[in-house]
Amino acid sequence: MTKPIVITGVSLYGETTADLVIAQGEIASLSASDAPSGANKMDGSGLVALPGLVDPHTHLREPGREDAETIETGSRSAAAGGYVAVHAMANTTPVADTAGVVEQVWRRGREVGLVDVFPLGAVTVGLGGERLAELGAMAQSLAHVRMFSDDGMCVSDPSLMRRALEYVKTFDGIIAQHAQDPRLTEGSQMHEGVVSASLGLAGWPAVAEESIIARDILLAEHVDSRIHVLHLSTARSVDIVRWGKSRGVKVTAEATPHHILLTDESARGYDARFKVNPPLRPESDVEAVRAGLVDGTIDVIGTDHAPHPDEDKDGEWASSAFGMIGLETSLGVVQKTMVDTGRLTWRDVARLMSEAPARLCQFDGHGRPLAVGEPANVTLIDPKRPWIVDPRGTASRSHNSPFGGIEMPGTVVATILRGTMTHIHEALGGAGK
Amino acid sequence: MKHLLSTADLSRDEALLILDTAAEMAKTQEREVRKLPTLRGKTVVNLFFEDSTRTRISFEVAAKRLSADVINFSARGSSVSKGESLKDTALTLEAMGSDGIVIRHSASGAAERLATSGWIKGSVINAGDGTHQHPTQALLDAYTIRHHLSDRTEGDAFEGLTVAIVGDVLHSRVARSNVDLLTSLGASVVLVASPTLVPIGAETWPARVVHTIDEALDSFDIDALMMLRIQLERMSGGSVAFFPSPAEYSRLLGLDAARLARLPSHAIIMHPGPMNRGLEISAEAADSPQSVIVEQVSNGVAVRMAVLYLLLAGEVES
Repeated sequence: MTKPIVITGVSLYGETTADLVIAQGEIASLSASDAPSGANKMDGSGLVALPGLVDPHTHLREPGREDAETIETGSRSAAAGGYVAVHAMANTTPVADTAGVVEQVWRRGREVGLVDVFPLGAVTVGLGGERLAELGAMAQSLAHVRMFSDDGMCVSDPSLMRRALEYVKTFDGIIAQHAQDPRLTEGSQMHEGVVSASLGLAGWPAVAEESIIARDILLAEHVDSRIHVLHLSTARSVDIVRWGKSRGVKVTAEATPHHILLTDESARGYDARFKVNPPLRPESDVEAVRAGLVDGTIDVIGTDHAPHPDEDKDGEWASSAFGMIGLETSLGVVQKTMVDTGRLTWRDVARLMSEAPARLCQFDGHGRPLAVGEPANVTLIDPKRPWIVDPRGTASRSHNSPFGGIEMPGTVVATILRGTMTHIHEALGGAGK
Repeated sequence: MKHLLSTADLSRDEALLILDTAAEMAKTQEREVRKLPTLRGKTVVNLFFEDSTRTRISFEVAAKRLSADVINFSARGSSVSKGESLKDTALTLEAMGSDGIVIRHSASGAAERLATSGWIKGSVINAGDGTHQHPTQALLDAYTIRHHLSDRTEGDAFEGLTVAIVGDVLHSRVARSNVDLLTSLGASVVLVASPTLVPIGAETWPARVVHTIDEALDSFDIDALMMLRIQLERMSGGSVAFFPSPAEYSRLLGLDAARLARLPSHAIIMHPGPMNRGLEISAEAADSPQSVIVEQVSNGVAVRMAVLYLLLAGEVES
């Protein structure tokens, strides 16, 4: 049995100061005077406690690309970043398009035990975009899949997308779309604009994302189903989602940390660590995505943690892989761009990075209030402990962080999953990163 | 200057220094013995990931005339096709000892990656990277323009000159290199291309854009007309074509005798080669007295000698 934990004088949501007494996997009390004897005591003064973070969008690469990441290394990286649950994308090898594969991922996540690993299922067989995978079987499996996505690929066939949206209503499911018109992005390398023109890299036009989002919102309205937009990245995408919500369409949207900090200017120099899909956009788009987080158009922040080994990232831009890791830097980026600038409160962060993702992905027991009787899933942050990102200093098996050398203002000092410390920073006596 | 990766990196003074040095080099090529001892003991590697016999030979001749040892390394394929990676190739060349690497690659940015990734210590000369840059081509074009039109400029470089670049600007490293170089030297640049062949973002370039060659001839006093090579696969490839047909390309953007006649008599006709005669340029235009296309080739050797000399011979005595 895990020892009880008492964290004294911690700021809940950055608002009120209380003690967190954690015993038997639950928040037992908010007063240290109730602490059982022999509890592990921690001084929480200066720290902010949030409900444990939930990542709606992670690539763990297992099965198939264990050279890039495994469920174990990815789980450790997630815990180090303050996460207690992650949603594992389906683009593995084999693809998570059967009950067998999603159960394997789910079971392996439980064995590792550092975060709750919930697999998404693929929408189409082999991410092929041609016929529906057995969504019902995945929904009824032990993995209890509720969200389906061909992430990495777009479900571009409108008729197939319509069927998927309709079909998942059977089990209150949701389709998460990687919005990218494939015909408009053949060979695309980076955002199409001033920088791509100068670098001579094939452009990825914003409209390739926006047209799919608009279409999907209209389809979701037509069949009265739910659509979730992954990693939206442009100003017009935010506008279109805002419009869909104003019509009452059941649309939700995600933004990534890299799309609220970095711009397409990063591509100058052709360092493929900045190559990602959807691509980094100009400052005006970045600012629109930030505004979408502030006004509630964007519901969740997802890392799109996408590990790749060095050899897939250190060659020519065009031959390098899309994607960047992000589990351990997401909270820092959000604090830097949104909290320290006064645009979001820690309460908002709790909503965007824990409560809303847990609700969206239907993760029971996550995103719950920091209140007595609730599961003890807690992320402890020292907002005044800056650190500089070292891409090699990560628990992930891969090092393709775009944030190397950037100072993050705050540090995740501890992560607690159902009463167990899954990460503790060296400042609190842990092994550190 | 340590590397030559892009004409956008060249200051006006650096560009003029290269052109002046190229003129000196050209003079030496009129002597009976054309070989100079300048780079004796230096090793230049021609690292070509993409076939280009013309460019490779031009660099090879230039390096040999400066007495450098030349190694031609034709890397078949790149990491795209699961051949040896750029990094391993670079480390191999570094281990063998090379002072300068001339690289041609189908990926934009390959030369910059080679120069800045810490794999090699020597100089890198970009001999064409994807659809990004081909700086020595632009320098030889500028050299050719200067040779013919220097008496018409209003400044000490290219002020008052108008250069029109016609064709597939979107996919052209020659066009990008020339826009950057010619405008920094003071020339006005007009890009002549169908809207499908102009990159989104080019509206910020220091160049005006028109969509047909007739419009360019009507609207501008053109001193140099540079025809780009059109890649036939752009018109019929697997993806959506950028142009309906070769005939229509010729109709809107081709240079024929009638259009040639509308140019001022002092204007020169240029083409980076190899030409598609009858497509972007008719034989009459290509072979006319105003054509300087063959001269561009010989100027290429002088310009590349100048670049190799300035990058590899150490400090320049002024």
